[in-house]
Amino acid sequence: MAFPNILMQFRPIVAALTRHKVATLLIVLQVALTLAAASNALFIVATRVVHLSRPTGTDESHLFVIRNHWKSGQNATQIDANLRADIAALRSVPGVHNAFSSEAFPLEGGGALALGLKLTAEQKTRPKLSLVYFADEHAIDTLGVSLVEGRNFRADEIAALGRYDKVAPPGIIVTRSLAQKLFPEGSALGKTVYLPTGPVPIIGVLASLQGAYAGSTTRSIDEDSMLLPARSLDPDGVVYLVRTDGTSMTTVIDAARNVLQERGGIRRIDPTEGVITLAQARDDGYAADRSVALLMSVVCGLLLLATAGGIVGLSSFWVSQRRRQIGIRRSLGATRGDILRYFHIENFVIVSGGVALGGVLAFVANLCLMSVYELPAMPLYVPLGAALTLWLLGQLAVWGPARHAAKVPPVVAIRTA
Amino acid sequence: MWGYYVGLALRSSARSKALTTLVIALLAFGVAACMVSYAVFRATTSDPLPSKSSRLYMPQVDNFGPSSSAGEPPTNLNYTDAVALWQAGKASRQALVFPTTWELTSGERMDSSMSLGGDAVTADFFPMFEVPFRFGSGWAPQDDTRHGSVAVISHRLNDRLFGGSNSVGREIQLDGKMFRVSGVLEPWNPKPRFFDVATLGPLSAFDDAGDVYVPFSRAIDLKKAPQYDYCPASATDAGVTDWEKYLRSECVWINAWVELPTPTSAQGYRDFLRNYSEAQRQAGRFTWGPNVRLRNVTEAMTILHVTPKASSLSMVVSASFLLIVLVNVVGLMLARFMRRAPEIGIRRALGASRGAIYRQFLTEGATIGCVGGLVGVGLTLLGLWGAGGLFEPKIARLVNVDASLIALTVLLAIAATVISALYPTWRAAQTQPAWQIKING
Repeated sequence: MAFPNILMQFRPIVAALTRHKVATLLIVLQVALTLAAASNALFIVATRVVHLSRPTGTDESHLFVIRNHWKSGQNATQIDANLRADIAALRSVPGVHNAFSSEAFPLEGGGALALGLKLTAEQKTRPKLSLVYFADEHAIDTLGVSLVEGRNFRADEIAALGRYDKVAPPGIIVTRSLAQKLFPEGSALGKTVYLPTGPVPIIGVLASLQGAYAGSTTRSIDEDSMLLPARSLDPDGVVYLVRTDGTSMTTVIDAARNVLQERGGIRRIDPTEGVITLAQARDDGYAADRSVALLMSVVCGLLLLATAGGIVGLSSFWVSQRRRQIGIRRSLGATRGDILRYFHIENFVIVSGGVALGGVLAFVANLCLMSVYELPAMPLYVPLGAALTLWLLGQLAVWGPARHAAKVPPVVAIRTA
Repeated sequence: MWGYYVGLALRSSARSKALTTLVIALLAFGVAACMVSYAVFRATTSDPLPSKSSRLYMPQVDNFGPSSSAGEPPTNLNYTDAVALWQAGKASRQALVFPTTWELTSGERMDSSMSLGGDAVTADFFPMFEVPFRFGSGWAPQDDTRHGSVAVISHRLNDRLFGGSNSVGREIQLDGKMFRVSGVLEPWNPKPRFFDVATLGPLSAFDDAGDVYVPFSRAIDLKKAPQYDYCPASATDAGVTDWEKYLRSECVWINAWVELPTPTSAQGYRDFLRNYSEAQRQAGRFTWGPNVRLRNVTEAMTILHVTPKASSLSMVVSASFLLIVLVNVVGLMLARFMRRAPEIGIRRALGASRGAIYRQFLTEGATIGCVGGLVGVGLTLLGLWGAGGLFEPKIARLVNVDASLIALTVLLAIAATVISALYPTWRAAQTQPAWQIKING
C-alpha cells in the first residue's frame, strides 16, 4: 500500500517545485556539478591507487640498492677488478641473501639503457624498445623474480662492458610481456632477435620484471624489460642490488656499507642518498600519484560537504517559507509522517534531476580530462556509485529540515504571520 | 550610506547565524582551495628570467627524421649541430649548455673527494642569463676556443673551499685536473632550472642550480659524457664505439640558447636554421626537408612540460570546486534575501528606489565576501603549510605567500560573492511593496 501512496504524492510535489523554479534549478545544478566533479575525482583517485600499487615483480621488501660512484682515474681493468671484489664482499655479508651489479634498478625512475630489438636484421620499421638491466647469474635470485621458461645465465657468459663496448651477448632473458609483444604467437624461447650489436637468442623468460622507468609516469614499455649478461664498467659508477634474507634491513645495510668502506679510497657513496631500499624508491617514485590521490580525496570530501550544506540551507529556507501550507495540510489531516515523507520525496526528485544532468556532465568532463591527462575512459559504476552517494547525502541533509517541518503545529494555519 | 548598508548586513547576518556561517565557510573553503592551487601553479609556471626571457630562444633542429621524431624536433641538439650553430654566431649571444657532475679532490687527500653538480657552458652563458657575480667574472670567449681550464663556482662552494674569501685566480681540482677560478657567483637559482632542463628532464626542473661551471670545449676534451642522452632508434647502431664517434653520432644531449634582441632578428635566425637544415640535406646527412623550431623561454618551458601535472590538475579541480561553491552560494543568498521580502517591501513603500535595494544587497554580498575572504586567507595559509604533504618538497619549497596573494584571495572572495548575489538581489529588487505589506498586514 505504501508504494502507490508515495507515487500519488509525486504530482503535487513536482507541481510545487515549478513554483520555485530557480531555487530548484540551483540545487539540481549543484548536484549535477558535484556528481560530475566527484565521480571524476574519485575515478582519478582509483586509477592512481591502482597505479601506485603496481608490483615490480621483485622481492621488494628485502631489496636495497647501493649507488657506488668510482673515483676518477681508474681504468677499465681496475674498475672490473674492484667491481668483482665488491660483489664478492657483499655476498659474504651476514644477512645478505645474494647481490649483483647493474646500471639501473627497479623504481629508480630512469637511468636504464633502452635497446631496440628487431626481428630481422633488415627490419626497417621502428624496433621494439626494451629496458635493460645488466645482470649476472645471481641476478634472478637477487631480484626474486621467477624464471618461467628456459635457463639462467652461466658465469662464463657474463661480459665486462665499457661505455662504448659493442659485444654481442650470448643470450638474453626477457620478460613475458616483452616476449609476447615480440612473438605474439608461440613461445619466444630459443628465438633470435637482433640487438644493435647483432643477433642474439632468447634463452629465458621471466614472469614479470618492471623496468627502471616505471613510476608516476606511465609508459607502455614499463613491463618490457630484459636482462643482459654484463657487468658495467662505466667510469661513473654502478648500482649494487642486494637482497637480504629477512634479518633487519638496517643492520644489513650498515654491514654492507662497512664492508665497502674497507676499500673506501676507490669509491664515493653518498652518506644520505647512497643507499636506498626499494620501499623508499617506491615512495619516491610514486610521490606524484600519492599527492594527486590525496588532493582529489580532500576535494571530494569538501565537495560533498558543500553540497550537503547547500541542501540543508535551501531546505530549511523552504520549510520556513511553507510553514502556513504545512499547517494547513496538518489541520486537514496530514500526519507528521506525511510531512516528513513529503520533504524526503521532494529531495529525492530534485537530486534525481541533478543525477541525470550530472551523469552526462561527468562523461563530458571525463572525455576532456582523457585528452589532457593519461586517464582511461570512466566505467559506468563510478558515476552510479557517486549518484548513490548523492541520493543518500540528500536524504541525510534534508532530514533535519524535514523534521523541523513535521513539528509545525496545525494551529499555524489559522494564525496570521 | 555604504557604512549604513554594511551595518545592516552585519545585523541581518546576526539574525540568521547558521545560514551566514554556512555561506562564509563555503566561500572560505572554495577560495582557499583555489588560492592554494594557484600559489603552487604560480610557483611552477614562474618565469625564470623575467627581464629577458622573451629575447632568449631555444633553437631545435630535427636530426632524427620524420620516422623517429613524429614531426616535433628533439629538444636537444647533437654535438655536430650544436657546435655548428655556435660557430656560425648568427645571434647576438649564444650558449651551449649540458649538465655534468665532477669529482672535487683537494689535491693531497684523495679520500675527501666529493661530487659536484654543474654545467659545461660557453662564455656567453653568464652575460646572457644575467648570472650575478660576487667576485671576478665569467671566462673570456678565447677560453672557449683555447679549451681553457677555468671554472666559475657557486658562492656555496666558495664558502666551503675558501671560507668565502675572494678566490679568483686560485685553483680547484676537478676529476684530478686543475682549474683556475675565474669567478664566484652570488646565490643564483633560477626556477625552473630552464637552461638545461631539456637534458635533465621535467622531473628535475625544480632542482637547485649546480656548483661549478667549466668551458664546454674543456668538458668535451675530458669526455664528460652527459648522464642522459636521447638517440634516434637507428643510432644505437654498432657505429658508436668510442667518444669521437659518439660526438659525431645523432644522439642529442646539448641545450642550445640564443639571444635575439628583436622579433626581426628572431625571424632572421629562423631563416638561418632553415637554411642550415637545408644545407645538411644537400650534404646528404638529412634525407628530409628542414624541420626547425625557435622557441622563447616561456614556449620552451611549455613544450618541455616543466609544470608538474599535479599542479595544473589541482588548478582545474579547485576551479570547479569554486564554481560549485558559487552555485551553492547563489542558492543560499536567494534564501537569505527572499526571507527578508517584508523588510524590502516596507523600505520600498517608504520611498527607497530599486537602485537603493540593489546597493543595499550587493553591499551585503560584498561584506559577507570580505569576511569569507579573510577566513579564506587563514585557510589558504593553512593549506600552503600542508602543501608540503601534497607536492614534492622541492616544489612545495618554492611556494611563497606575499601581499598580492592575500589581496587576491580577499578580492576573489568579494568578487565571487557579489557575482553570486546578483540574481538574488535582482529578485529582491523585484519585490512588490504593496503585495508584501498586504500579506503581512
